[in-house]
Amino acid sequence: MLQTITILLENRPGALLRVTGVLSARGYNIETLTVAKTLDPELSRMTITVDVEDRLRGQVVKQMNKLINVLQATDLTDAPAVIREMVLLRVRCPQESRTSVLKEAEIFHTRVIDSSTEGFAIEATGDPEKLDEFIDVMRSYGEIEVVRSGGVAMSLETKKLRLQPPVQAPIPQAS
Amino acid sequence: MQAPDVSSTNGTPGSASNTVIAKQTGKLMTGAEMLLECLAREGVDVFFGYPGGVTIPFYDALYDHHIKHILVRHEENACFAAEGYARATGKVGVCCATSGPGATNLVTGLVDAMMDSIPLVAITGQVHSKLIGSDAFQEADTFGITRPATKHNFMVKTLAELPQIVHEAFYIAASGRPGPVLVDIPKDVFQARGHYTPVDTIHLPGYKVFTEGHTGQIRRAAQLIWEAERPLVYAGGGIIAANGSAELTEFVELADSPAVTTLMALGALSASHPNYISMPGMHGSYAANMAMTECDLLIALGTRFDDRVTGSLHTFARHARVIHVDIDPAEVGKNRNPDIPIVGDVKRVLQKLNKVVQELAPEFSAKHAPARAAWWTKVRGWMAERPYDRPHAENEIKPQHLMDEIDRLSGGQAIVCSDVGQHQMWAAQLIRFNEPRLWINSGGLGAMGFGVPSAMGAQLARPDKLVFAICGDGGFQMSIPELATIATHALPVKIICMNNGVLGMVRQWQTLFYNNRLSAIDLQCFPDAAKLAAAYGFQGRTIDKPWQLTEALQEAINAPGPYLLNVMVTPDENVYPMVPAGGAINEMVFAPAAPVAV
Repeated sequence: MLQTITILLENRPGALLRVTGVLSARGYNIETLTVAKTLDPELSRMTITVDVEDRLRGQVVKQMNKLINVLQATDLTDAPAVIREMVLLRVRCPQESRTSVLKEAEIFHTRVIDSSTEGFAIEATGDPEKLDEFIDVMRSYGEIEVVRSGGVAMSLETKKLRLQPPVQAPIPQAS
Repeated sequence: MQAPDVSSTNGTPGSASNTVIAKQTGKLMTGAEMLLECLAREGVDVFFGYPGGVTIPFYDALYDHHIKHILVRHEENACFAAEGYARATGKVGVCCATSGPGATNLVTGLVDAMMDSIPLVAITGQVHSKLIGSDAFQEADTFGITRPATKHNFMVKTLAELPQIVHEAFYIAASGRPGPVLVDIPKDVFQARGHYTPVDTIHLPGYKVFTEGHTGQIRRAAQLIWEAERPLVYAGGGIIAANGSAELTEFVELADSPAVTTLMALGALSASHPNYISMPGMHGSYAANMAMTECDLLIALGTRFDDRVTGSLHTFARHARVIHVDIDPAEVGKNRNPDIPIVGDVKRVLQKLNKVVQELAPEFSAKHAPARAAWWTKVRGWMAERPYDRPHAENEIKPQHLMDEIDRLSGGQAIVCSDVGQHQMWAAQLIRFNEPRLWINSGGLGAMGFGVPSAMGAQLARPDKLVFAICGDGGFQMSIPELATIATHALPVKIICMNNGVLGMVRQWQTLFYNNRLSAIDLQCFPDAAKLAAAYGFQGRTIDKPWQLTEALQEAINAPGPYLLNVMVTPDENVYPMVPAGGAINEMVFAPAAPVAV
């Protein structure tokens, strides 16, 4: 099962690489990754889904929490959370199936964002598994092209953010 | 600090920036001068480096500064020397290299410091910020290359952020689980001028350091300790990093527990302490490994259940409940799930734990006294049954004989900086250390070429101490360039080269596990030690007979300056006991019985 990790980190050069480095150093392949700045422009929120062995999931999150630029990394895999993803899809379909395609698009609560004689461009958001189904359905109508955003996840519980208070500098050295 | 006074600077008169500057306080200085000012504020008295194109502005400022710089002969050795300094003192070691090849040469030392949790700040020059990313001369992506090699790294973009970053680097290096931090500084930042205001606070909201330990867990740990019939303390390098030797000593006495110290923790508990067994693991003692296997409570203090200690994790301490104290939350539960995890500074935790253990003593100590006495008998029995092999021969020098002799002459008081290989294991087994910070070696990374440069750093840090660099003939030949550094500064390091003419540890594995197919291990060509030392202007000698050993070592120690003693030892000796990689640690391989003469 994929592990979903949400990370609050400083919006700085190299910070993203430090986080992904925890995974790449252990040979894990990232399935999806999204990142954008938060309401506080100094911080970014990142969502990663990755296939990590069960045994090592805790370790990966601990290693991320150790990074100086990471304020908090949380495993959302088994926590109450919502995960949403966006798909942009173009489908080429013959004239006779246009109505059915539109019907399906409606069933999946998607939006048609472009229409041409060749077919449609559709924007869909939702649960990643639901989007898989939508893509499968569209494939049955003709040739498709798909771009996925990767999931964004939000915890449904508030987790206290523990931050380190300022310290005096320079710290006295051991003698 | 020779910072130029504002009035005497020749900044462009009337420029907009000058108007701003006039309103500010603080001395006007260059980035290079600011860096030195910050280093001085951090208490740096010496650092190790090698200049190059982009660090010339820094070395120009150094010309007027009191901080001592040691010019090494290779950047890797600057890093190792800084580690030697840090390991001998607990202070942050500092090294410096130029951009490109200078920085990439530091990488091995950085990873070494990372593996062994050694506080280190590395300063690297970077090409002019306008040239970054243009494949400029001597440009390398130091920030990218060293990211996984450091605890944290910085690239300084502007002069304004330089002092803050330098102090953050020292703070990160020294606090929590210590480690190396690299600061990459473009040439133009060294050259830029600005007003220097001392930094007095550091705010790193994401850098969480847990020091205190959970009080409830500490109490539960104390209870478990008293309930145990066969406790064992398994102390690691964290004790030394935390300067917690006194607390550890008190703890083993209060808890009435035998103790083992890992390769990284030799001296954390005095080797002459009655509760001390020895080192566990792949080349650990029979008693230490048997105690690990048979204990019913393993008290792991500042240690990380390294594979060289545990062998097969499935069979490791399989009857034991585990208390694990470590400052790094990611180490707790990494290799072994503890029954009582305690995240905190091991010194602080032990201070609290000692109190509770003492409190509970009247309630419990009598209850398990018979069981504890039986356990002690068992442990002492193992210690007596199979101590380390110490073969001495009549006509050749056994490597163990060499270590025995060094042990005898150092009396548990000398600093021993070891390289990596067989000699390292024999030294760890046979040389006693009565204090922390005497045994200095590359434990986690196992970086050959570490011995000599780390001894330079240790000797500079502790001019009062007798410092040995114990190397094999392989590692020594990686360090020969530093003989020049040692000679230049007349560092009285005693280099003992245990010469068996081969890469001994590789040869041992090829002998034991590869059907004796000896491949690429022969180091036939070795320089004449006396001539080599003489070429650098100090004394050296080669010996190959056991009766020369004491006298030669004494001569080395008595020499006022450096000394190179090349000791030809039995070429085919193996280190025993040995736990084959991944095996159970109670299933040790011992030296075959000596053939009986007929």
